[in-house]
Amino acid sequence: MAKPRAFDVRQQTGFTLVALSCFVMLYLPIILLVIYSFNAGTSIAIWEGFSWQWYAAAWENEKVQEATVLSLIIASSASLVATSVAVMAALATTRTGKFRGSGLVFAMINQPLMIPEIVTAVALLLFFAMIKVATGYTGIWYLIIAHSAFCIPFAYMPVRARLQSMDLNLEQAAADLYGRPWQVFRRVTLPQLWPGVLAGAMLSFVISLDDVVITEFVKSAGQDTLPTYMLGQLRRAITPEVNAISTVLLAISVALVVAFYLLSKSKEK
Amino acid sequence: MSADAQTERNRWLLLTPALTILTLAAAGPLLIVVVYSFLTAGDYGGVVWTFSTDAWFSVVAERDFFDETLSFSDAHLAIFWRSVKLSLMTTAVAFLVGFPTAYFIATRPARKRDFWMLLIMIPFWTNLLIRTFAVMEIIRNEGVVNTVLMKLGLIEAPIQMMYTEFAVTLGMFYVFLPLMVLPIYASMERMDFSLVEAAYDLYASRWKVLRRVILPLIKPGAVAGSILVFVPSLGAYVTPRIMGGGKQLMLGNLIELQFGQGRNWPLGAALSITLLAIVMVALIIYVRSSESEGAHHG
Repeated sequence: MAKPRAFDVRQQTGFTLVALSCFVMLYLPIILLVIYSFNAGTSIAIWEGFSWQWYAAAWENEKVQEATVLSLIIASSASLVATSVAVMAALATTRTGKFRGSGLVFAMINQPLMIPEIVTAVALLLFFAMIKVATGYTGIWYLIIAHSAFCIPFAYMPVRARLQSMDLNLEQAAADLYGRPWQVFRRVTLPQLWPGVLAGAMLSFVISLDDVVITEFVKSAGQDTLPTYMLGQLRRAITPEVNAISTVLLAISVALVVAFYLLSKSKEK
Repeated sequence: MSADAQTERNRWLLLTPALTILTLAAAGPLLIVVVYSFLTAGDYGGVVWTFSTDAWFSVVAERDFFDETLSFSDAHLAIFWRSVKLSLMTTAVAFLVGFPTAYFIATRPARKRDFWMLLIMIPFWTNLLIRTFAVMEIIRNEGVVNTVLMKLGLIEAPIQMMYTEFAVTLGMFYVFLPLMVLPIYASMERMDFSLVEAAYDLYASRWKVLRRVILPLIKPGAVAGSILVFVPSLGAYVTPRIMGGGKQLMLGNLIELQFGQGRNWPLGAALSITLLAIVMVALIIYVRSSESEGAHHG
């Protein structure tokens, strides 16, 4: 730059300082949480040496085992359901202009993002309480349906984004060559759409795995996912066992989010 | 059947599964909440199916037990006020930290911006409960901050930080901060930095550049970020429950109480609708402001 003095508007020392401390602040609590999960003592503040004991304790805790299984069943089912219906919805709403009722459809799909979770949780509590009284069924389907619903917008967004950036010509060509609609979808659309579908499924899985509020209100007595189990534990004396469970959950989420990020980058090539 | 009608029918066929689930487990049950808010509370939870507006009175008022006079419910108003106050404080602090952070990221070389944004977004996609828990571990009486300060001899007894309004605000700030950075960054990335350079060339002070050039240009992002932080703060349940420990109730906790210990389902329903109404007003203001913004530019 041919400027008289070396002054760059992009370098604002004050802003840089705030920004860097912001990153430290974001990660320091999480890093400490992970570190103390390996503490040999019972404290979450005094370091007494390295040990795997709290992971072992969590692994052998029957309540944790049950909660893990339930969490995984719900997250995979909800992710499967949400992604399947979101792909269909994205196919129906993308690459067409405005259609009658499009505003309402978008409002419906994004509704879980707008309405406070606690309100949805109350609504589901009241609704499912009625069904539970009427049918006597208290199984996990309530949780799967509730989770599927709030995962739909998260599955829908990446699929829609992928569809919008896709080339229409290939499908047109396939249709011109007398491909049946289903064949065109399976052989041409889906392979191109796949990264978006996978991204949507992973986001839904993470969102479902992390949910506390709706699960806490909808679950029947005796049902616990990992987050609701941990919420219950917080009332008692906390040991690094909670840190150990948290660390495992964090690792899963971070791995999926980074994979999601790489997938969404790959489409830009 | 014409081709158009065929596409139209296919579209709705494809939409049916998603809309069914959303109606069943998201939108539809909201109507039940409205109905319940006009029913009578059962003695042991649940409802009695007789019409009553008691719940709606109880949202802000209470009936005197003896002479049946109505007065404002101080307890509920205090919780409403705290919810609004702490959410506004959370939003303000998030802006003060989020804006410089977004500025920093937007001024990195293009290749590195994605990396910095990923660093902001990773915590956002991880469990909110765990992140709240991580903050709690730091400011607890037995936590890192107090332990270090006591070891250094700076304090003799731990500072009570948990279960205060400070703790709740800190927790919400921590968990909702990425929602502020994201939209501000989005509008800043599109910002033309030559305008900033021009302002400096014309001898504008730093403060003037910030106030007259940068802030007006990123206003849509700042408004979006503020709404995105304010709305979930107002309806927060997990963070005030953990950081406030039942002492600093917010609206979300008051609602939950009506389905737990309080056993007043209609009141819980009426409070939920009230919260929903406040959130909807905030969202409408946001949509209006972004529409008028669009009108200005286009």
